[in-house]
Amino acid sequence: MIRFALGRLASLTASLIVASIVIFAVVEVIPGDPAAFMLGVNARPDTIAALRAEMGLDEPMVTRYAAWVGGMVQGDFGMSWTYKTPVATLVADRIWVSLPLAIYALALSTLVAFPAGIYAASRRGGAGDTAIMGATQLGVAIPNFWFAMILVLIFAINLRWFSAGGFPGWADPFAAIKALTLPAIALALPQAAILARVMRSSLLDMLGEDFMRTARAKGLTRRQALWRHALRNALIPVLTIIGLQFSFLLAGAIIIEQVFFLPGLGRLIFQAISARDLIVVESVVMLLVFTVIMVNFIVDLTYAAVDPRLRARA
Amino acid sequence: MSRNLIIGAGLTAFFTGLAALSFLWTPYDIEVLDIPNRLLTPGGVHLLGTDHFGRDILSMVMMGARTSIAVALVAVGIGMGLGVPLGLWAAARRGSLLDDVIMRGNDLVFAFPSLVIAILITAVFGPSAGNAIIAIGIFNIPVFARLTRSAALPLWERDFILAARVSGKGAARISAEHILPNIANLMVVQGTIQFSLGILAEAALSYIGLGAQPPTASWGRMLADAQTLVSIAPHVALIPGFAILLTVLGLNLLGDGLRDWLDPRIRVVRT
Repeated sequence: MIRFALGRLASLTASLIVASIVIFAVVEVIPGDPAAFMLGVNARPDTIAALRAEMGLDEPMVTRYAAWVGGMVQGDFGMSWTYKTPVATLVADRIWVSLPLAIYALALSTLVAFPAGIYAASRRGGAGDTAIMGATQLGVAIPNFWFAMILVLIFAINLRWFSAGGFPGWADPFAAIKALTLPAIALALPQAAILARVMRSSLLDMLGEDFMRTARAKGLTRRQALWRHALRNALIPVLTIIGLQFSFLLAGAIIIEQVFFLPGLGRLIFQAISARDLIVVESVVMLLVFTVIMVNFIVDLTYAAVDPRLRARA
Repeated sequence: MSRNLIIGAGLTAFFTGLAALSFLWTPYDIEVLDIPNRLLTPGGVHLLGTDHFGRDILSMVMMGARTSIAVALVAVGIGMGLGVPLGLWAAARRGSLLDDVIMRGNDLVFAFPSLVIAILITAVFGPSAGNAIIAIGIFNIPVFARLTRSAALPLWERDFILAARVSGKGAARISAEHILPNIANLMVVQGTIQFSLGILAEAALSYIGLGAQPPTASWGRMLADAQTLVSIAPHVALIPGFAILLTVLGLNLLGDGLRDWLDPRIRVVRT
């Protein structure tokens, strides 16, 4: 187990190093001088040069890369050029929108997908199964930003149950959760559709296993065998998908944040790209990649701890 | 043939047909503004109504179909064109350092938040349909590479491959002549799924202004333009959305139907 973990840790470190180089290189080739961009069209060349020096842009590329990575290892993500605040502070502010939104959406998606997937698998081929599978086909095909617009049209404009956008902050938790409800539903729909399909097919795989026949043979009803034996084993692929979806929701909410004017991480990156605030782009993207890689690492370790066969294979 | 296959093929043919027809004929010219006739509701001379500039929505949907399908199709081409050879190469040299590097590279691309990178790419090179293709295409490469490798690995253990090796064929020739034909079905099915994801991704990118630029019509931008009009003229926002929904639905059904029809054993990755 320790050897497995160390091997995984080594490949994780390698991935992080390569990722940091890729991100730095991509951001490096973004056209437009950030200093010139900040000072506007009328800036004098010597003013721009002075600002470039102040921002450290005239240092060699390798020095800047080393400074960036060195800073991040120590928890210093750099200073935003446009906001004049440390990137860590910016992220800390935004994470209180993005993280609760991701958790909210994931909770909604799981709450819908688990019963739907289990029901469909237990009634395979029946009318309920057909209806649920049809609904999931629609769920994966709907562009979520369009679904968000429809939600706004129905629940904000016509029924006036929710506001059409914006975020009031966590001072009033009820208002905050209310503001995140439509975005969370819009994000959750395609995720729930995918999760329900995975849940169903994973359960169906388990229902064909020998241990299920044994369970039935020793006198359990179909329902008992399903709940006690099949479900537990079927959860492994489902948890993998949930892990992937969580990291996707954290970063992938850009468009939904845009529809609802939510001040989240996605909007931060989007605005930073348009303002050529490179350090914000680099550090936030790196942070997201780090999160995804760590989530995968933890998921791998958990499986290896639970299932010894995976350790032997690696 | 299953119901999925028939409905899926029908929807796909319908939207591909609309796109093809738009090269020859559209009901109205979408570059001509007709402000007095703006925001007409569906029915009448404008079958699907008009937008806030008085442009015919049916014509715009037809032109938008062209953009969406072209972007998604080329993006799938990039994914297959690079991903399949990489996967075949990794499988041919299974267990080697090269195999490891290719597969780790795949994992790495998967770890990047795809939408963020797509936005970054279009920001670096400027928003355009071409750069949207590259941004979407890059994330198709690891999907095909991984699938190709995992489908090719068991084939390498089979007797007919052994026979080919005994007859003196090299790894590259075996991959092209014996492995590839055996995994082609799987690639077609996965290609259909990636095609539908590409349509969604193109719509998302052009919705935030990073896809095809005006005057090229695109479904995503039609939705962005319609967002502020949703309360006074809902049809302007509903119609392009239904076009995306039905195209993606059609492709997904087509993919599922093809999978069952070609080979009930093969399984498709969908994340």
